[in-house]
Amino acid sequence: MELTNPDWWNFAFRWLHIMSGVMWIGHLWYFNFTQAPTMPKIPAELKPAVGKFILPAALFWFRWGAMATIATGLILAYLMNELTGALSLGIGASSTHLTALGFGMWFGIIMWFNVWFIIWPNQKKVLGLVETDDDGKKAAARTAFLFSRVNTVLSIPMLYCMASPHFY
Amino acid sequence: MKNPLDSLGQTVGLGFVLTVIVVFLIHAISGVA
Repeated sequence: MELTNPDWWNFAFRWLHIMSGVMWIGHLWYFNFTQAPTMPKIPAELKPAVGKFILPAALFWFRWGAMATIATGLILAYLMNELTGALSLGIGASSTHLTALGFGMWFGIIMWFNVWFIIWPNQKKVLGLVETDDDGKKAAARTAFLFSRVNTVLSIPMLYCMASPHFY
Repeated sequence: MKNPLDSLGQTVGLGFVLTVIVVFLIHAISGVA
């Protein structure tokens, strides 16, 4: 392998894509599988430790993990010469490989949109980075929670579609 | 008391159901059996 070999770059971006994807979905699953079900059990005097210290740090790696995942993923698809074929769901190409990859990419793109344009703006209200009243905070927390749940549902077929094209 | 694990179970279950639907769609759209 050397830098002039396209295979090296394909591999490098695949590696970076998987690492940033683990950073993103790891935090998504932490929020849904660990933090959300545990919060009601935490004594009131300890809750601020989560809200003020753990949540902001986790949200930082979560949203930038999402950004790095989509950026490296789109570059990887381009390097593999599969970007337009997959984004058009392989229609007309008679390729389960491209159709599966395309579904995975669209699930990922929807999830990235949810992170940056719905979950994070609402979490900013929850964290107090954007001014709102108590009712506004509650509504923002509910919206962020629901879209986080939607992303957790989507992560399951998304990962199927990302991993399975190797076998198609 | 409502167990938060119930809604997680529904979330994961829905994810697997959606995966099965997507597998059918992959084959239907690509036209490859």
